[in-house]
Amino acid sequence: MEPFEDIQSKLIPFDITNVDTDQIIPKQFLKLIQKTGYGGFLFYDWRFDHAGNPKKEFILNEPKYDKRQVLLTRDNFGCGSSREHAVWALYDYGIRVVIASSFADIFYNNCFKKGLLPIYLSKDKIQYLFDLAKNDDPVVDINLANQAITISEKKISFDIDLTRKKMLVEGVDEIGYTLSFDDQISNYEKASKVADYNKFMVKN
Amino acid sequence: MQKTLFDKIWDSHLVIDDNHNLNADNSSGPSLIYIDRHLIHEVTSPQAFASLKQGGRKVRRPNLTIATTDHNVSTESRSLPIVDEVSKTQLETLSRNCKEFGITIYDMTSPEQGIVHVIGPELGFTLPGTTIVCGDSHTSTHGAFGALAFGIGTSEVEHVLATQCLWMYKPRSFLINIKGNLSKKHAITSKDIILNIIRKIGTDGGTGMVFEYRGDVISELSMEQRMTICNMSIEGGARAGLIAPDETTFDYLRGRKYAPNESELDKLIEFWRSNLKSDENAAFDRVETINVDKLAPQISWGTTPSMVVDITDSVPSPDQYANGDENKRKLAARALEYMDLEPGIPMTDVHVDRVFIGSCTNSRLEDLMEASLVVKGRKVSTNVRAMVVPGSQKVKLQAESIGLDKIFKDAGFEWRESGCSMCLGMNPDILLPGERCASTSNRNFEGRQGSGGRTHLVSPIMAAACAIEGHFVDVRNWL
Ligand code: SF4
Repeated sequence: MEPFEDIQSKLIPFDITNVDTDQIIPKQFLKLIQKTGYGGFLFYDWRFDHAGNPKKEFILNEPKYDKRQVLLTRDNFGCGSSREHAVWALYDYGIRVVIASSFADIFYNNCFKKGLLPIYLSKDKIQYLFDLAKNDDPVVDINLANQAITISEKKISFDIDLTRKKMLVEGVDEIGYTLSFDDQISNYEKASKVADYNKFMVKN
Repeated sequence: MQKTLFDKIWDSHLVIDDNHNLNADNSSGPSLIYIDRHLIHEVTSPQAFASLKQGGRKVRRPNLTIATTDHNVSTESRSLPIVDEVSKTQLETLSRNCKEFGITIYDMTSPEQGIVHVIGPELGFTLPGTTIVCGDSHTSTHGAFGALAFGIGTSEVEHVLATQCLWMYKPRSFLINIKGNLSKKHAITSKDIILNIIRKIGTDGGTGMVFEYRGDVISELSMEQRMTICNMSIEGGARAGLIAPDETTFDYLRGRKYAPNESELDKLIEFWRSNLKSDENAAFDRVETINVDKLAPQISWGTTPSMVVDITDSVPSPDQYANGDENKRKLAARALEYMDLEPGIPMTDVHVDRVFIGSCTNSRLEDLMEASLVVKGRKVSTNVRAMVVPGSQKVKLQAESIGLDKIFKDAGFEWRESGCSMCLGMNPDILLPGERCASTSNRNFEGRQGSGGRTHLVSPIMAAACAIEGHFVDVRNWL
């Protein structure tokens, strides 16, 4: 995973609640077997009509929002399917931060595996950011080390668990880290328990 | 300390608990939990294997994982070649990876192939008290056995393959107490119960939580009906749903392929009986009680699984749905436009083009038996194309052995091979833009069953009755 770099970007005010991963990356693009190349298919059914032409009214097709790296949205972002392709598509498209009032669990987890920063804020603060984006449209500065979003003079701080923060800042190889606990894992496997599930194994 | 069923399973799987893993500020970090059972399929695993190979890593316990092909497979005759080259590559990649790493696979040639959440229980791979993961959000299905089962992303699939463990923050607990009695046997099903729960708590009601479903109604359900409920826990935002195992659960396990042999199983059952339930005074973070006395068949009208009404209701207006919440109102207005529905129209006046009976929610033998109750001796409406897609090859064979295929085919239903099929339409089974479908699956998101397609979630018996009439009906009047 790439370490997370601090971001200066204007916001993409994506004013939709309950965005599910079927919309973020529709199923017809889940047949690929690599992790890259999904950016062109991000929000495909919302971005393109049945003939494959861009829909003018869809926000990501407005030139103004081109190359922006921060997606601002509302409740329950990333609900539905567990497909990590949703995170890959956002990342590939150029999004580095998603700010929402809440996230679905699996999506939230998946973000940290790629280096996408999900920030949750209260509904009031989300509304404040939407108002800003629609009026002044300022550049926001997102600093992970300080857990802060700075807009002009104002600072909004956000919460993030320290372990997850460290993973993002350092771009940790999680599997390598876990394998350093190999002794503990082996001890767990060997310990005798009444219900020793890992010892009833699949026989061919 | 009084513990919930979830606490008990969690505690018995801790390799490293969060106290040993404190952050610099003394807040607790994630725990490392052991994973007893891992299921994989063709769509979310290729990148995991590729990255594993890239890192020169091995699969730690190949004998705790099984694989199947389900999402992409054609439901046409198995003797036909796969036309879609990209799907074919994905299916072949899984076979190759399984062979290379020594993992058992049930592919399209296998008599035990099927939807991953149908075959896990069917093979006795799913056991009470275990932790089970799969790169698929509906892994919650296996919670019906009192297993802590949840969906994971592809990076976590790789992590489990390499370490057989996962880092996890302990979710909170949510008790859903089901009170009352279902009024009409067969007409009101466990699908109606779960749709009603999601309608009440919302699609994010369970975020960060694990459900435990409890109550006499639940105890009386068969394993297959319990699986339907736990399956849709994810639609209520929870990663997992649990039902404490009981005699129904234990009876189901006996004689299954991967279940422990008789004497081992008896010992386990004794342990499960006394251990795998929440202590009487265990505290939950949230408790809701749902009364099902007056429960009517449920049907979704919009594009999230909480946009649900009684079959006797009309399509709601955005204001009715939103109850003062502006974001919800916008969401409902958008949903009505997508679904091409006008507020005030009775649900029973809504006509459909397609009917789909299948998916990991409702494609087991009992689901097909229930649906057949209203199909026998009747004909599918001439305006409807209807299909039944059994969840596994075993379900298909069992159904055929009791003549269900004949009942469906005589009525004009298509009788297909097993797979995910039109639940998500990664294979050729899709809705055309604008087509409306009565579906027994679990998601009615925009485009879920095909770009521009419109999905209404219902129980199998409601879907079957709808196929006959060509529009939605209150199936209680038929029984
Ligand atoms: S049947 Fe549908 S929900 Fe179930 S695993 Fe397949 S695609 Fe997912």
